[in-house]
Amino acid sequence: MAWTKKLLRVDLSAGVCTEEALNMEWANDYLGQRGLATRYLVDEVDPKCDPLGPDNKLIMTTGPLTGTNASTAGRYSVVCKSPLTNAVACSNSGGFFGAELKMAGWDMIIFEGKAASPVYLHIVDGRAQLHPADDLWGKSVWEADKMLHAKVQDAQTRMALVGRSAEEGCLYAAVVNDLHRAAGRSGVGTVMASKNLKAVAVRGTQGIGNIHDPKRFMETVKAGKKVLAENPVTGQGLPTYGTQVLMNVINEVGALPTRNMSEVQFEGASKVSGEAMHEPRKTDGKPNLTTNGACYACTIACGRISTIDRTHFSVKDKPEYWINSGGLEYEAAWALGPDTGVDDIDALTYCNFLCNEDGMDPISFGSTVAAAMELYEKGVITDSHTGGMELRFGSAEALCWAAEKVAKGEGFGKDLGLGAERLCEKFGHPELSMTVKGQEFPAYDPRGIQGMGLAYATSNRGACHLRGYTVASEILGIPEKTDPLESEGKAGLVKAFQDATAAVDSAGLCVFTTFAWTLDDIAPQVDAACEGDWSPDRMLEVGERIWNMERDFNMKAGIDGSMDTLPKRLLSEGGNSGPAKDRVNELDKMLPEYYELRGWNSSGEITSETRQKFNLPA
Amino acid sequence: MQKSLHIDPAKCTGCLQCESACSLEQEGMINPSKSRIKVFNFHDEGRFVPYTCTQCDEAWCMQACPVDAITLNPANGSKDVNEDICVGCKVCTIACPFGTINYNSSTGKVVKCNLCGGDPQCAEACPTDAITFIDADATGLDKMRAWASRTDNTGA
Repeated sequence: MAWTKKLLRVDLSAGVCTEEALNMEWANDYLGQRGLATRYLVDEVDPKCDPLGPDNKLIMTTGPLTGTNASTAGRYSVVCKSPLTNAVACSNSGGFFGAELKMAGWDMIIFEGKAASPVYLHIVDGRAQLHPADDLWGKSVWEADKMLHAKVQDAQTRMALVGRSAEEGCLYAAVVNDLHRAAGRSGVGTVMASKNLKAVAVRGTQGIGNIHDPKRFMETVKAGKKVLAENPVTGQGLPTYGTQVLMNVINEVGALPTRNMSEVQFEGASKVSGEAMHEPRKTDGKPNLTTNGACYACTIACGRISTIDRTHFSVKDKPEYWINSGGLEYEAAWALGPDTGVDDIDALTYCNFLCNEDGMDPISFGSTVAAAMELYEKGVITDSHTGGMELRFGSAEALCWAAEKVAKGEGFGKDLGLGAERLCEKFGHPELSMTVKGQEFPAYDPRGIQGMGLAYATSNRGACHLRGYTVASEILGIPEKTDPLESEGKAGLVKAFQDATAAVDSAGLCVFTTFAWTLDDIAPQVDAACEGDWSPDRMLEVGERIWNMERDFNMKAGIDGSMDTLPKRLLSEGGNSGPAKDRVNELDKMLPEYYELRGWNSSGEITSETRQKFNLPA
Repeated sequence: MQKSLHIDPAKCTGCLQCESACSLEQEGMINPSKSRIKVFNFHDEGRFVPYTCTQCDEAWCMQACPVDAITLNPANGSKDVNEDICVGCKVCTIACPFGTINYNSSTGKVVKCNLCGGDPQCAEACPTDAITFIDADATGLDKMRAWASRTDNTGA
């Protein structure tokens, strides 16, 4: 078991909530969370539909382990068709919302249609009701969260909301839960807002009572926790520095994309690193980092809880930001920092706060600002567009201004809310968009980490590090070290990471466990919790099935093999310094082998044999 | 040696493993809403604080109970609720100055920490030692040691 075997269907057009049995045949093939919700999406949503129209659906989904005490078992995902990429979107978040949804007795919620006016969904265990949210509309996530908590009169209710950026149509808006955890990527928040759905509030008191073999489960959970505690990355590096442990490391290896990926090392990296977050400030003697915080059931606790220097220009007249909240993790720090050339850690933390407060994906936001800065430096975007703001690389003022504008959808913030691809197209320089399939890159330059080039090019949700994190092998040596500058052998590595990650996501666990865990640690936990035999091999097979299904949806949406590519800059302009100097990404050497390993033809189409092997939906 | 739960909020990450473990032991299922230990997240201050019954010697709950349903467990010093006797009057929840004894509407009885009969699962599950089960007469020992290490200034 471990599934509640119940899903909640919410017809926003009709204002009706209905309980439905979970399709256990599909759960058998796709496990849960990412895999299972995408199976529903494939069944119910036309791949060619307008992602912001009523025909798109939005699915909030947990995995079979979500809510249990397996380490990191608090994950949920938001699945829909993405308005940023037109591809399948699946954005994963931690915090406490996912576990609460499970405790309320639901494996997933499927939202369909569109409400006539703003609403929120209130779930208390088996009861689910839609209520008017006109008063919450136009409010930030943080403000709406406070108002809604007052309204439901229960501090223990967990909430997921969209902010003003989503309402204003920013194409990379996130769904934010627990104030600073986010289903961040691909514009899933934009889809939620397009349905006039402002918030989901959940209180679950039913617990997780359906574990298949409780005694064995507890043993496997205990063993898993021990592995995480004893591993240097999950036991020491991540709790101490968070994912920001990577900033200096990635800069050293010459793979830190800088100033819109025109360079591969950032001279100010150490100033915005995990180490810098521990340094006492001159003004008040306190470090940026107050403490580390965990998501539900997580024994790693990589989360950063930070403050901004009260004397910093961004907040000196705004006491509402003199609080602790979610601090910089590596991808956000990179996009807001090195990619825009800004080395001011308080400015970065302020922008990070704004991204949480109004629900923007900080990766796409920072990368889009970086593209805009390059357009400004080239004289394409001018002061007349920005209303006088000098949008130069390295300007902390410009960065903070941009975040405020996108958060509220004001002025030039509307253009920045389009994302890098549409912005660069609008200004006639598509080549400056550092995107794949319309989604902005994260923080690893594929010239210095070859496998990541293939991972970006083939990711089913556009450029992304969380679909196949070969950085683990190429830089950190997990599970074994490969040469980051070598493209040979990376096709198999990328495929293995992609398949395993799809399985980990679908279980309801955090992918960061895989710094220490392999499927040999994870499968026993799934096997003890769920009916049926869940061996590592079966998990991998499920992962590969999910990968093919996502690919199939994208192909049907018109996103074919020709889009499995990288921006020219990464394929033709060599790195300017460090170990990757004069190197480009050798995608052309890796892609054909990758297609072959996947069982796709030379155009990247899924062959009928592969389709049959994985019993893909028609 | 009597042992007691010792809480060091500075070490807490707010993961709720203690709440899971407590509910599993006490209620037979993972259900933080039924946990007898609760972790509070003071978001704006960046602090997580686990909180539960400290097993007062002169326990107000025990004194207040009109049917003597709360009794001292001499083995570990916990004050335990005898569900067979409890009538669910909730007077103990009023008497307790700390709010750590609560009514459970699904059983009609009150619930509080009973130290899991001497092997508290919250401490067992805590990944950071924010919750430990240690000598009741020396819960301040680690703090004393930390401060003691700062008092020798011969090297200064």
